[in-house]
Amino acid sequence: MYRQARHDRRLIFELDGKSEIDLPHSDEVERLEDLAPPELLRESLDLPSLPEREVVRHYVNLSQMNFGVDNGIYPLGSCTMKYNPKYGDVLSSLPGVASIHPYQEEESIQGALRLMYELEKALCEISGMDAVTLQPAAGAHGEFTGMLLAKAYHAKKGEQRTQVVVPDSAHGTNPASAAMAGFEVIEIPSGPDGCVDLEALDAAVSERTAAFMITNPNTLGIFEARIRDIARIVHEAGALLYYDGANLNAVMGKTSPGIMDFDIVHFNLHKTFATPHGGGGPGAGPVGVKKKLEPFLPVPRIVLREGRYHLEYDMPDSIGKVRAFYGNFAVLVRAYAYILRQGGNGLKEASERAVLNANYLKHRLASVYPAPYKELRKHEFVVSCKKLKEEKGIRALDVAKRLLDYGMHAPTVYFPSLVEEALMIEPTESETKGTLDRFAEALLRIASEDPQLVKSSPHNTSVKRVDEVQAAKEAILSYRAYRRRMMRGAEKGS
Amino acid sequence: MKRAGEMLSELGLTSIDQLFEDIPPEVRINGLHLPAGISEAEVLREIRTMMAMNLDAEGRPCFLGAGIYNHFIPSAVKTIVTRSEFITSYTPYQPEISQGLLQALFEYQSYIAELTGLEAVNSSNYDASTALGEAATMCMRLNERKRFLIPEAMNWEKKSVLQNYCSGPGIEVVEYSYDPYTGELDLEDLRAKVTPDTSGIYVEVPNFFGVIDSHAPLLKKEFPEAALVVGVNPISLGILKAPGDYGADICIGEGQPLGIPMNFGGPLLGIFACRQEHVRKMPGRVIGMTKDAEGERAFCMTLQTREQHIRRSKATSNICTNEALLAVAAAAYLGILGREGLRTLAKINISRARKLQALIDQLDGFDSPIFDSYHFNEFVIRTPLRPEKLNKLLLRKGILGGLPLHRHIRQLPDHMLLCATELTSDEDMERLISALKEVV
Repeated sequence: MYRQARHDRRLIFELDGKSEIDLPHSDEVERLEDLAPPELLRESLDLPSLPEREVVRHYVNLSQMNFGVDNGIYPLGSCTMKYNPKYGDVLSSLPGVASIHPYQEEESIQGALRLMYELEKALCEISGMDAVTLQPAAGAHGEFTGMLLAKAYHAKKGEQRTQVVVPDSAHGTNPASAAMAGFEVIEIPSGPDGCVDLEALDAAVSERTAAFMITNPNTLGIFEARIRDIARIVHEAGALLYYDGANLNAVMGKTSPGIMDFDIVHFNLHKTFATPHGGGGPGAGPVGVKKKLEPFLPVPRIVLREGRYHLEYDMPDSIGKVRAFYGNFAVLVRAYAYILRQGGNGLKEASERAVLNANYLKHRLASVYPAPYKELRKHEFVVSCKKLKEEKGIRALDVAKRLLDYGMHAPTVYFPSLVEEALMIEPTESETKGTLDRFAEALLRIASEDPQLVKSSPHNTSVKRVDEVQAAKEAILSYRAYRRRMMRGAEKGS
Repeated sequence: MKRAGEMLSELGLTSIDQLFEDIPPEVRINGLHLPAGISEAEVLREIRTMMAMNLDAEGRPCFLGAGIYNHFIPSAVKTIVTRSEFITSYTPYQPEISQGLLQALFEYQSYIAELTGLEAVNSSNYDASTALGEAATMCMRLNERKRFLIPEAMNWEKKSVLQNYCSGPGIEVVEYSYDPYTGELDLEDLRAKVTPDTSGIYVEVPNFFGVIDSHAPLLKKEFPEAALVVGVNPISLGILKAPGDYGADICIGEGQPLGIPMNFGGPLLGIFACRQEHVRKMPGRVIGMTKDAEGERAFCMTLQTREQHIRRSKATSNICTNEALLAVAAAAYLGILGREGLRTLAKINISRARKLQALIDQLDGFDSPIFDSYHFNEFVIRTPLRPEKLNKLLLRKGILGGLPLHRHIRQLPDHMLLCATELTSDEDMERLISALKEVV
């Protein structure tokens, strides 16, 4: 059985030694008092000081107490944790990628601009959109950008549209992004089939609606078959249709947001185009739009004139900038490399395989973990642990924790809230039948294990079940805060 | 695809197409019009060739700064951040199997807390500009006012990002001017612009001109009602006072100098710290210390009730994917430098910039620096040629020149922002000086 490493877990602040760093020109530093206004000089700097080898050991040991896709299956629903091919690591650290400055003269960055230009074109083809900006740093940042575009578009037409509609199954980022852009968020309930309720949508949209945000396939992994009707209702109200690209991995080469009549789409390059998620980032969240929205895209736009690439800032209707510079370039390089390697056919096959894997896994689990709503799913599916809870008191969270003991990452738990005791599973195209079978067997076995064993899990990870309630109550977010808390505790004790 | 066939037949299907029958014919496409896939060797070759068209700063003098800096990155930083277990993991939703990343992020938060003098730190924003946007909206949450003051002397891109973040909640962004002799903030102008509805005042130390502004420590005393937001270059905090110690409510900054390559401007690392009492109004993901079922120290994501996946449209921000790996890089970098290393590095940066300043000032036609004040590793010069033209001439000699300033500050048409770091060698300076001599 799996057993995760368990090393000394002292904080780096609790280790001590002597730094041996050698910096260029360290022999010629001037007196501190001459370097800054006296009122701004620092008196002390309370950082640890360690030789390099100690720091390396510390973090390598920590890394062994962490689980990634390279360790095993990571079927986190809605997150698309596919295998990240290693050529991306090589390419993103080339000097021509890592060591170029964003303010260099255009003639010295033609390669970088060309890659971005070509990537924009490829993303246009995949999404069926007319223009793409690579600037947003993450999917949610792309949503925010999309909302700013919608606002600028309506404003230009002289319309005051203050509401954005989302289904109750939407990712939390959708309503959060819409609210950040200043919209009132109207949430509509899903229909009994887990899809958008057309009547509810019809009732919710009006001349006040700026956009309707959905993902297709939706968060249950179900394809919204009436998408053209949805588009018609939204467009007849004068609103825009926004595509949350989190689930694009299911449909590449099979359908596209463009043909489904979406107006704005964001991509999650770190999901669909196999760039590593880095423990939570960096990602990249490019946004694609139909022609009518192109004038509003962030500056600069990359344009090709007479064989040279340029950064074009002269866009009078542009929303301006959503972050500094041009986007998460090192991530863009990885995504572009992946698209080249896969080609059009490879991307389509990735979607086919992801959908096959999801449906196969769902089928293998059905006897114990039923998936409500309709049969066919796209790349992910949501099962319910309701029966297990009623019969044995085992909750979805317990199942998730017990899976960790098998050396498998848990699925997403308790989302979407439409399904009671939900486990949201997304195996991706990367996993073999053998791995899927072992994952299914682990889940089935957990259902028949001693409930006490499951409820007290995990047992084989570097720590036991973590008290998240205490973490929120105390909110100790730094060693500084921890030390102060300790000192206060000691004072009280004395 | 033998296995695929087996899987299909277990599902009672005969073809992959049947898995896509739920997509109505009117919205189906038949494949993508992209070239066929190529081998790994071909991908490596094609992108290497394309990237070789860029003139990179390795082995080439580079005097560009303005938010992104060319610093030395100890090799061990890369060893640490490319650990497969870190780089291929996701947001640590399951803390028991993710302690390594969680602790590394907690240590990042701890380093930033020490540097800034503020106890609550998030585990990253996208970059400094978006951190500023989030800081402005957080100020509004703190005091329910909607007027945010920023320096006129600021990167226009950052201003544009800020405007976009402020447009939703309707925060008015007002600029205060700078002293044309010192490059520091104009305190009289600031006094005139602070009103009872001012939610926050943003000040940069060092500022866009590289000036270490001596007014910063006065602001909280002078304007106690408004939230004080200080923007920093984290390297400078090796010798500069922690903003928390002079009253900052929020401290933000660009973390790229902390062991992160320039990457053509991305990915970057947005630093965000605040006072402990404001923690529940803070944006972004945070890692907290707690215990496991056996009472052992453990870490997990916390205060998630502020976040989008719980609070949805009422969340403090929409951040989901952030820049976690770069936060780990920053922690590793600070670990390797240690307290003496960071102090020395800050001093070297000032010393190198001073040396370059003086060399340029000796040239006919150049004023260097034009602001009479303390500088960190950047400074503004006046040039006898249009800065763009100068840069093109320098580029021909293989030198990446400075940043022409007029796009950012209109009243400085013949001015350039130059940067020197510990990587700026004497030879680099000599090459620049002799090139400048030739052009004027």
